[in-house]
Amino acid sequence: MSEQLLQQLVNGLLIGFMYALIAIGLTLIWGVMNIVNFAHGDFLMLGMFTSFWLYTLYGLDPILSIPFCTALLFVIGVLIYRFVVSKVMSGPMLAQLVVTFGVSIFISNLAVYLWTPDFRLISKPLLSGTWVIGEVQLSIPKTVASIGSVIVSLFVFLFLKKAKTGKAILATEMDREAALLMGVNTERINSFSFGMGAALVGIAGAFLSTYYYIYPQVGGTFGLIAFCVVALGGFGSIEGAFIAGILVGLAQTLGGFFFDPAYKYAIVFMIYLITVWIRPQGLLGW
Amino acid sequence: MGRKEDKMGTKKLWVAVFAFLLVLFLSVSVYAQTKVIKIGAVYPLTGNIASTGLDCKRGAELAVDIINGKYDLNLPLAKVEGLPNLGGAKIELVFADTKGEPKNGMSETERLISEEKVVAIIGAYQSSVTKTASQATERLKVPYVCSDSSSPTLTERGFQYFFRVSPHDGIFARDQFQFLKDLEKKTGQKVSTIALLYENTEFGSNVGKEATRYAKEFGYKIVADVSYAANATDVTSEVGALIKAKPDVLMHASYITDAILFTKTFKEMNFAPKGIMTFAGYIEPAYLPAVKSDGNHIIIRSTFALDLAKGKPLVGQVNELFKKKYGLDMSENAARSFAAPFVLADAINRAKSTKSDDIVKALLTTDIPGDQMIYPWKGIKFDPKTHQNIYAQGTLVQVQDEKYVTVWPFEAAAKAVIWPFPGWKGRK
Repeated sequence: MSEQLLQQLVNGLLIGFMYALIAIGLTLIWGVMNIVNFAHGDFLMLGMFTSFWLYTLYGLDPILSIPFCTALLFVIGVLIYRFVVSKVMSGPMLAQLVVTFGVSIFISNLAVYLWTPDFRLISKPLLSGTWVIGEVQLSIPKTVASIGSVIVSLFVFLFLKKAKTGKAILATEMDREAALLMGVNTERINSFSFGMGAALVGIAGAFLSTYYYIYPQVGGTFGLIAFCVVALGGFGSIEGAFIAGILVGLAQTLGGFFFDPAYKYAIVFMIYLITVWIRPQGLLGW
Repeated sequence: MGRKEDKMGTKKLWVAVFAFLLVLFLSVSVYAQTKVIKIGAVYPLTGNIASTGLDCKRGAELAVDIINGKYDLNLPLAKVEGLPNLGGAKIELVFADTKGEPKNGMSETERLISEEKVVAIIGAYQSSVTKTASQATERLKVPYVCSDSSSPTLTERGFQYFFRVSPHDGIFARDQFQFLKDLEKKTGQKVSTIALLYENTEFGSNVGKEATRYAKEFGYKIVADVSYAANATDVTSEVGALIKAKPDVLMHASYITDAILFTKTFKEMNFAPKGIMTFAGYIEPAYLPAVKSDGNHIIIRSTFALDLAKGKPLVGQVNELFKKKYGLDMSENAARSFAAPFVLADAINRAKSTKSDDIVKALLTTDIPGDQMIYPWKGIKFDPKTHQNIYAQGTLVQVQDEKYVTVWPFEAAAKAVIWPFPGWKGRK
């Protein structure tokens, strides 16, 4: 029993780090612009497909395609902000919600049209297989993804605290008008943040593509969990999203192990409900 | 005097000409109406399971091509163009997208019947969607012929208008246990514990129920009963529960997405029971291209395999047509969806009518011999009460060298089954 427990604990952490990485981009966009990016899961899907096509057409390993995924998704994020989202920033709240939903439908169906709904898998990534440490089996792709997630999250955390643009982003998150008064170009910050949020989830997509199947609708499943993670961690809080991601991963795996795997998502959402009841702004939200 | 009479005469002439043209026009339009018979087809053409839906669409469309055209094949209505008893009327399939959801199955079926005026429905692959779609057809009194959904409950509802051609999961579950008994008799290899793993909608849950029933009947012990949502992001808890139970054999009912994810997770966590026996997902055309050699030695229930062509050349002939039209081999799903249009066309032709009750009456007397179909069945004949094809039965195929090979019944096997499961090490 105990070997399984340790195994499930490890698995929970591994999937939790991935959830954390996916959620960080979402919470950034949400915190800065108060926009719910319903297309977040679809950006993840685009990151996965970018990695897949670079692997299939040019033999580029998914880990090496990370710079491309980052750059491409950043550009896509900025373009979508500039040409679609920014138009409704001054509009009614409902329009802001619906517009990213529309982007989501557009992107996922464009993907179906371009690449067919078939499932793709990257068959021979550089990092594959399993490390066996004692009685615990560590999936190498998931472990690498987790390490990547920690590195990226740390980078984002330091960027926001130390870099000039990062500090400007935090300022805009805290108080948009005050930031404007202090000379921050909030419109530029908006489009940069949107691009950065997309780029972060693009990196997550590159990591995820090393072990999960890739298809146009894959954004749906992960996107939904990302919302839960962001809400649990607190809107706009990077540290909150990171911790909440790990908590959700652990809740899902351990909950499924101790009770019934059929209830694992119910347990995740129950924890979310309890947290929000006690502390509506999430764990580390403001 | 003469002029008035001339005018009357001209008027009469015009009336006569007009009446003649009217009659001609009406008869032509009535004739034109019987030229095309619309049948509605509900399938998941977009959404998570779209690749399956498109596969089913291919099978159904090929069937209609053969019915409408003239082919030298021993299939019903193949050798003539269209339905001869209805003046050569052609079948037109009208597709509707269920997006894989039961509520759309119902609404799209209603739309096809009320707006597109289809005379019958086929589909919907997913048992949960077929369930709701057929509730609509039963209410609207329209015939529904299903050849690709396997939940046993579909033919246990006492419906008058619903017919099922293919085997259901009760039959498939019984087959798997029969295989274990046959294996023991043949090779002396005994199995005593079974773990059940299934997706949690209509299809999977009913497989779980049927397998539990037959396990008791055949004398096997169920040591794990794990259900899950087909689109999970991670299944390590589920596989953990299976490893804990230490079963001899795993029986898994899945769709395509979970088949892929579980295969990867089994390998990752090194879960290797003596046998992995599955339903549905592992036989999808998208499965082997995705998992490649990791799919080897998994056993799947089937109603179709390309190697059946050895004993039944018709299978090879139909596959050639399929390959010519679509550029790939016929899969098990496409093969199942291939049946329904033939059954309907045969019934409508014998009924000489497109009225619902006439079609249903004809379906109840359907008797298509086995050699006129591409499946390993004695034929197609519906039980008068349940409307289940009494001759429907399954086979078991195993993935060997990344190909599906018929391994059971042993008399019909193309190759010997590889048992026990050799494990995950050494796969490229």
